[in-house]
Amino acid sequence: MSPDLLAATGLLGLAGSAGGAVVGLRFRIPVVAGTTVAACACGLVTAGGVLSGGGPVTLEVGGIMPLSGFSLSLDPLGALFTAVTAVIGICAVIFSLGYHGPGLAGRPASTALPLFVTSMLLVPAASSVTTFLVLWELMALSSLILVLSDQRRRAEVQRAGEWYAAMTQAGAAAILLALVLLAGHAGGQSFAALAGHGPGMASWVRNGAFLLALVGFGSKAGMVPLHVWLPRAHPEAPGPVSALMSAAMVNLGIYGIIRVGDGLLGGGPEWWWLTVMGLGAISALFGALHSTTSTDLKRLLAYSTTDNMGLVLLGVGASGIFADTGHRALALIALVAALLHVVFHAVFKGSLFLAAASLEQGGGSRRLDDLGGLLRRMPVTGTVFLVGSLAISALPPLCGFVSEWLLLQAMLHGLPTGDVAVAVAMPLGVAVLALTGGLTAATFVKAVGIGLLGQPRSRGAVDASEVPAAMWAPSGVLALGCLALGVAPVTLVPAVLRAARVVTPAGVGDPLRHGWRLGLAGSRGVLDPVLLGLGLVAAVAVAAGARRLVQRGPVRRTAAWGCGREAQTSRMEYTATSFAEPLVRVFDDVVRPNRHLDVSHTSESRYYVESIEYHSSLDDDAFERRGYLPALAALRRWGDLARRAQNGSVHRYLAFGLVALLVVLVVVG
Amino acid sequence: MSGPWPAATQLAVSTLQVGGVLVGGPLLLGLTRKVKARLEGRTGPPVRQPWRDLRKLAGRERTRPEQASWIFPLAPLVLVATALVVAAGAPLVAVNPAFGTSADLFAVVYLLLLGSVALALAGLDTGTAFGGMGASRALTIGAVAEPALLVAVLALSIPARSSNLPAIVSSSLAHPIWLASPQRLLALGAFLIVVLAENGRLPVDNPGTHLELTMIHEAMVLEYAGPDLALVTLGESARLVVLLGLLANLFAPWGIATRPGAATLAVGAVTVVAKVGALGVGLAVFEVFMAKLRLFRVPELLSGAFVLAVLAVVVALVVP
Repeated sequence: MSPDLLAATGLLGLAGSAGGAVVGLRFRIPVVAGTTVAACACGLVTAGGVLSGGGPVTLEVGGIMPLSGFSLSLDPLGALFTAVTAVIGICAVIFSLGYHGPGLAGRPASTALPLFVTSMLLVPAASSVTTFLVLWELMALSSLILVLSDQRRRAEVQRAGEWYAAMTQAGAAAILLALVLLAGHAGGQSFAALAGHGPGMASWVRNGAFLLALVGFGSKAGMVPLHVWLPRAHPEAPGPVSALMSAAMVNLGIYGIIRVGDGLLGGGPEWWWLTVMGLGAISALFGALHSTTSTDLKRLLAYSTTDNMGLVLLGVGASGIFADTGHRALALIALVAALLHVVFHAVFKGSLFLAAASLEQGGGSRRLDDLGGLLRRMPVTGTVFLVGSLAISALPPLCGFVSEWLLLQAMLHGLPTGDVAVAVAMPLGVAVLALTGGLTAATFVKAVGIGLLGQPRSRGAVDASEVPAAMWAPSGVLALGCLALGVAPVTLVPAVLRAARVVTPAGVGDPLRHGWRLGLAGSRGVLDPVLLGLGLVAAVAVAAGARRLVQRGPVRRTAAWGCGREAQTSRMEYTATSFAEPLVRVFDDVVRPNRHLDVSHTSESRYYVESIEYHSSLDDDAFERRGYLPALAALRRWGDLARRAQNGSVHRYLAFGLVALLVVLVVVG
Repeated sequence: MSGPWPAATQLAVSTLQVGGVLVGGPLLLGLTRKVKARLEGRTGPPVRQPWRDLRKLAGRERTRPEQASWIFPLAPLVLVATALVVAAGAPLVAVNPAFGTSADLFAVVYLLLLGSVALALAGLDTGTAFGGMGASRALTIGAVAEPALLVAVLALSIPARSSNLPAIVSSSLAHPIWLASPQRLLALGAFLIVVLAENGRLPVDNPGTHLELTMIHEAMVLEYAGPDLALVTLGESARLVVLLGLLANLFAPWGIATRPGAATLAVGAVTVVAKVGALGVGLAVFEVFMAKLRLFRVPELLSGAFVLAVLAVVVALVVP
């Protein structure tokens, strides 16, 4: 396939960005949206060609950047990520046409949006260290501008931006060190050279590069404990941007770990992958717990991104362990499961974030306790959110179930391999998967049940109305994708298999059954999503028919039982906080909410209570409170000390010079 | 597993299982109530009383709370449907019913979760405090029960090297010694506790009470009346039968039909009815001597089940 379309992707992105900077307000949005969608379409076609077996697409442009040139090469692994980004990009950009939220029409945001989308499309295609780093940094900076779109009006946005900037730059620095370390020892900076020399390098180089890459890419993927920016930045960004960040950008963190660990370094010792699995397990549990307790819809979704990336890391880690212990087929299956989950997560999280932005626009708030009753008022958006929620809870026949099933199968079949680490890691992996599954179900029943069902909890929710088609259509397409991919994963599995083969040991036959049924070759059981879906639909239809048969007269609308009270107000409903309270209590030691109880008594007697105030908040998590805030405070103390040392007095500087000279003399002597 | 199964026989087995689960569910409820009543010195209603109740409910008017959306009438259908889909594929009467190759133990767990999620959403859809209370508690228990259940499933799947239900049952028929192995017994303990929790039985929830505040399941379905309530009851009882049937055949598969034929199928049907009936009687006896746990002690019970399941996996790996 010719590289023209890949070049077109980049050029369209640059043109869109220039258009966003130059064109006046009236035509700015159509120009930006049009070029960005076109860039995504070019990327999608290129990636589709590569994924359907067309061979890698390579593009070398000398002279753009000094010394190195610009080199892109899209192989199936990269193409999978490019394709996902392209689909999410198209949906999010079309969505932004109807979105009235903050600041997207402004000049900075219009300039940044095409750059952000295009750099995400091209990062997986980068095939040299400099190209990769330039695109990566472009993605980080443009997304930072987009996160800050609304910073004039709300102080939280600025704080979120600070966290994001610090974490993303620290991550980029770690990636830079890792890649430079590799490039230095490989004697070249193209990925081909790195991959050629990577497996033979000294073990300290390999270990160092892998750990640095894990830190850098892991922070982008929202891996605990480097996740702190994610639940701040994703909710504060404008709706379509949160969808892009949560459904497309975090994937690139996973891509980086796979590319460096499996690709450039050619796999590694077991302890690398046990680390990845461990961090994945902690991320999954931690993200799931915090999304269970969140009452802000977008924050809940952001924490659930950490959760899902944790599950993906479980798969990536399992794949690495299998590859290291020589179980090639299992390594391939585990990686396919992880990559499938990346794709599915993008689809359902994209639809959920877009639907959440619609709910915020329609219902006037993104706090769950201000919403309610929206399924009746915003039927399409509500249904989209419901479908996305069922998919993320891994319920059949939607897509989340397929990838979790495959991951469970990989872990199950890896068990009897006789390796102690595997024997310990795999059951724990299954337990983590199961616990996060249960917590996710609870979380999204809360999100749907409190946010969309019941009585409206605020004026805004009472007056809510459906959003324009430009907004519900893209999220609806993604929700349909959840259903289609859940019933027919066969459409995706060959492409994912091709992507996974790029970085797993060669010489494996076909480890998966082909066709509509998904199963492991050589194992009796299969998953038949079509049959499952048809069976469910048929059984529901039969039950509905039976109910129809016995029904006499129309359904009567009645008042709900209120223990004898006539009126049921929305203040009597369960809130998001009360819904999660039992779970918070069960997991109190992990979650550790901030609780304040103030009881004031009447002046006459201590036995009579005048008022009770109870606050419980989970705004900062344990890692932040225990790790980051003390570290930041220590940094600030050191900064203060350093400032005290520099008071501008000439005498003091002369003294410093003398002391330094003496120290040098002592050391040299 | 011996001899090929004609497709018609497999379909007949599935139909028999679905019908049996539907008809047998309320009868099992009646049986447990009868046994409990007799042990408490009462006569108790006849075993077929739940069916009479269902007939009475089916003739009533359908109602829907003012605030409820289309989720409310849909949830009972989903609940019944998930139980029936499991019943169609699970090895209850015969090892290999239709859809047997796709009857996966993990799929069963997630299908049943779909039913619970539908019911919890319906509870929240009513817009009352009771619905929210029930939904919140049911899902808290569900979230803690699921790891125990899945790890127990894993322990069962290790010897068969497959999570396919017919494969597990036929491999344990082929190696009966596995059934007495410590990992089986540990997994059995975990499975039993989870079955109690998932079906809202004592000591997790009291199926006999009708006081809104103390309950989990009843609070969630408080607003259902008429045919919808009948469907909820039917769905819940079908779930109980399916889970007990699975429990029986996973841990004591004797009698299940392993080859097609009228006689073997009849034996399979009779034995599975007898096993589920015996488990129902056992459940009733257990409930007579058991008090309900405080809600916040339930997670401790379920984490006990989880530990049993993990031990089962560890033992399964050490003792092949």
